[in-house]
Amino acid sequence: MTDSSTPLLELRNVTKTFGSVQALTDVDFEVRRGEVMALVGDNGAGKSTLVKCVAGTHAADGGDILFEGEHVHIHGPKDAARLGIEVVYQDLALCDNLNVVQNMYLGRELNRAQILNEPGMEQRTAETLKSLAVTTIPSIRRPVATLSGGQRQSVAVAKAVQWNSKLVILDEPTAALGVAQTEQVLALVRRLGEQGLAVIIISHNLHDVFETATRITVLRLGRNVGVFERTTTSQQEVVAAITAGVPTKVSGIPKTAGTSA
Amino acid sequence: MSAAEVVEREPAVAGPEAPAGLLSRMVANIRTGNLGIVPIVVGQLFIVVFFGLTATNFFTAVNFGNIIIQMAGTTMLAFGVVFVLLLGEIDLSIGYVAGIGALTVAELQLPGSGHDISGLLAMPIAIAVCALIGLLQGSIVALVGVPSFVVTLAGFLVWQGVILGRLEVPGSIIIQDRWINYTANYYFSPLAGWLVAASITGLYMLIVLVPLLTAAGRQVDARTWLRTAAKVAGLGIAAFGTVAICNHGVVESRRLGLPLPAVLMVIVLVVLTFLAKRTTFGRHVYAVGGNAEAARRAGINVARIRVIVFMISGATAALGGIILAAFVNSVALTFPPGTLLLNSIAAAVIGGVSLFGGRGDVRGALLGALVIATVANGLDTAGYSDGTIYIVTGLILLFAVTLDTVARRLQVRSGR
Repeated sequence: MTDSSTPLLELRNVTKTFGSVQALTDVDFEVRRGEVMALVGDNGAGKSTLVKCVAGTHAADGGDILFEGEHVHIHGPKDAARLGIEVVYQDLALCDNLNVVQNMYLGRELNRAQILNEPGMEQRTAETLKSLAVTTIPSIRRPVATLSGGQRQSVAVAKAVQWNSKLVILDEPTAALGVAQTEQVLALVRRLGEQGLAVIIISHNLHDVFETATRITVLRLGRNVGVFERTTTSQQEVVAAITAGVPTKVSGIPKTAGTSA
Repeated sequence: MSAAEVVEREPAVAGPEAPAGLLSRMVANIRTGNLGIVPIVVGQLFIVVFFGLTATNFFTAVNFGNIIIQMAGTTMLAFGVVFVLLLGEIDLSIGYVAGIGALTVAELQLPGSGHDISGLLAMPIAIAVCALIGLLQGSIVALVGVPSFVVTLAGFLVWQGVILGRLEVPGSIIIQDRWINYTANYYFSPLAGWLVAASITGLYMLIVLVPLLTAAGRQVDARTWLRTAAKVAGLGIAAFGTVAICNHGVVESRRLGLPLPAVLMVIVLVVLTFLAKRTTFGRHVYAVGGNAEAARRAGINVARIRVIVFMISGATAALGGIILAAFVNSVALTFPPGTLLLNSIAAAVIGGVSLFGGRGDVRGALLGALVIATVANGLDTAGYSDGTIYIVTGLILLFAVTLDTVARRLQVRSGR
């Protein structure tokens, strides 16, 4: 109870400007262990900017970032990775010519004196995929170019998860996928939450959001509009918040729909 | 459900997957654009049979040795080209970098110049000099961001200029150092040849068997053993067959044998294949060639990989240049042969290395160079002119790239 009451990641009053553009204004955000937090909003709402501040691509101009209850400074992707934050980008950071095992260990190959430990990587890849119930990949020795979009996205997600990561951020994970493949990836996202990871999913697609998320954070024009419990809200309510939501006041932890009003 | 079982049953052994059978595996490979070495081996057999029937002096032991010596220089350069192409880059300077390598050994061994260094020392120095040239060119490509085509085209002109400048007055430098000349002209005694064949086969057996034997606890199925046995047998036949034929070569009652360039090619092939396939560096070369952005996000130092690859390209060019110069015991104004650069690139491409990066093997350079050398040698012994040789080589290159392009399109299609 105490463990889940402290959010894994907490942002307080985060501000980010690009020149004269105010991308984020006093934004609060949190995600707990075992929770899939959806981050939604219209184009230009600041979703990507917020995530990039967490991933280390951008540095926040103001505000606090707390990870496991402690203040942290994330200055680059390596800082984020050290904390256990992994990002799966929209455009699939996979090498088509390499096979599943090679992609899973890309840049972090198991080796002894620079000589690859191929059997070790193969075995552990099989174990990781099995633990995530990624069962549709015909062979982990096949180049990812021969896999379907959903299978490739599954590999990208599994790659992010296998490094003892605590927080996985998915940027539009189903953007380029068909119906069946989308279901496959969404099921994987739900499993990540069930396994105790904190998951942030950015999506334009409210169907995806309601399929996976436990809570939904809505941003509009770089400000908080609200946080909704999936079970107590409706798509109409979220759409209204995205398109015409009134920014909540700045300070304090975002209130959930259940506790507010 | 059944797919989960497939993942579980995956044989956890280094090496390719082992689906239902060899035939279905081949069909799957062709369907996914992975043609392997089948087309080139078939093509080479066809070429050998064709010239064996039409050219009078082609199918002789002496000519067999000649082809090995003639292909050695091109092969060495092509080994480096493989790495450059794997990155999706190009190195147009290697022809004249080879010239710089040859010039360096010639200069260093020059008697009466005050620095007549032994060839054994001169050759490593030349290789280091050319690796430094690669370091310079690669740094401009990787750190400044100038396209490799432009950088190495500039290198093409600059190093040509350096060679012309040095050789303008003497016209040529004779290479008298026996060690340097051995790289092209040394023949092993018949017994030594057999020993070489035996040790190559033995080493290969060790390399492919160790992963199978150390796959402790995991079962290795019979098909994997069979395939491994077939590979070892194939290589053994090639090694002993080559030595057997070379040992029969007799010129003016002097018995030839296995030429040293054959062994040099095998050594470089083994070292570079190991580098490409079994080390993190090699893995990163394939990754950068496949998707440089993904490699960068995975934490790979892309610039470092690019620079090292251009250094490899320079070093192998030096090796090739030394062998080519040793073949004629001199470096002259006409060095290197005008076809060297393009033949080396053609060899790698014919050998199945993709120009688009990320796909190909080091051995492809050897096979491609073998095809080019065999065609040139066959047409030459059949009495055709250089013009015909160029035309035929060009058509083979075009055919090989067409095959690669079609295979690639099939792969993309089957992926979606």
